[in-house]
Amino acid sequence: MAQHSTNTINYKELILNGIIKENTIFKLALSLCPAIAVTSGLKNGVLMGVAVLFVQVMVNATISLMRNFIHPKVRLPIFMLVISGWVTVTDLSMAAAVPDVYKQMGLYIQLIVAFASILARAEMFASKNKIAPSMADGIGMGIGFLFALTVISFFRELIGKGSLWGFPIINAKPLLIAILPAGGFLAVGMLMALFNWIDIRFFKKGAHH
Amino acid sequence: MSSEFTKLFELIVSASLINNFVFTRFLGLCIFFGVSKKMETAAGMSITFTAVMMISAAFSWVIFNYVMVPLDITFLKIIVFIGVVAGIVQASDTIMRKVAPGLYYKLGIYLALISTNCIILAVPLVNAGEHYNFIESLAFGFGSGIGFALALVIMASIREKIELADVPAPFRGLPMAFVITGLIALAFTGFSGLITL
Repeated sequence: MAQHSTNTINYKELILNGIIKENTIFKLALSLCPAIAVTSGLKNGVLMGVAVLFVQVMVNATISLMRNFIHPKVRLPIFMLVISGWVTVTDLSMAAAVPDVYKQMGLYIQLIVAFASILARAEMFASKNKIAPSMADGIGMGIGFLFALTVISFFRELIGKGSLWGFPIINAKPLLIAILPAGGFLAVGMLMALFNWIDIRFFKKGAHH
Repeated sequence: MSSEFTKLFELIVSASLINNFVFTRFLGLCIFFGVSKKMETAAGMSITFTAVMMISAAFSWVIFNYVMVPLDITFLKIIVFIGVVAGIVQASDTIMRKVAPGLYYKLGIYLALISTNCIILAVPLVNAGEHYNFIESLAFGFGSGIGFALALVIMASIREKIELADVPAPFRGLPMAFVITGLIALAFTGFSGLITL
């Protein structure tokens, strides 16, 4: 991780870092639970991604504002408190705004609190940087997560239901396995392999992990 | 009385096999992929997990029903439960170090890992959502723990064999683990409909 303590902060690089170089799901393989649980439909996947994006940005901003007042010895409990506070906000707002989606994935929204990636960004970045770069970092990580969820749920809904965002696209008998739990694991495995293949084929960096 | 036992048995079977946390609810995946490389760590992890799940299920049930419901602050359940779980993990870490140092050196490292794990947090949240009574909450925690242990042991034994196999380069490591998990999950869908609660 490069330290961005100087005044010349490259925001574009900061945001791209979260989307490509340290993509939470495909590269770091963290926070996988919702990546499979809610991606049987594009709508659920995108909403989950937006919820995580919101929490990540707000947590980074809050921690960054408080960073000079937190004693290092109690920092982890305080980070957890901030994260669970913002998750509660997201949880209650989504329950009110999109009740039909919330009924299916309420548990997973509440479990954003246990995301290793959010805690890791708060610890590694937001607690050491000013508010603007911290928010940019949060946006990058959040968009990276949103992107991964969108890709996974796009393929799963298209193959499993023959529709996108609930609208029918393919007029053929869909492959049910893609929306079954098993299909989620297979889809993530295949996509990870695809990303590795692109790396090996075009960038010749060698296999990850 | 016997119908009571039947119900508890059904709850345990349903939590461990039919609604297995890993294969049908997709929880605890980070840990699942992280520690399932070796049989020994997988076994140690599953024992620690089952114990912590039952204890945290018991504690958070008491707090939820005797403190949060009377005070009408159930909307704070995420914050409270994560505090309870972190507290229990910290406490068992300290107690184990003093009382059973031998056990601590074997299982201690896993304890630190599980305080922010979603599968531990999910048990109290589901218990609160389904309004289980005290014994049912314990049974659900136990069943979930057994289910997680089963998943870890199956996965670890397969991955020890995969080490020797010739996997195509892009699939090496995690992608292959995902594909295997998908196949096991497919097998586990065979349990659905075994018991309807």
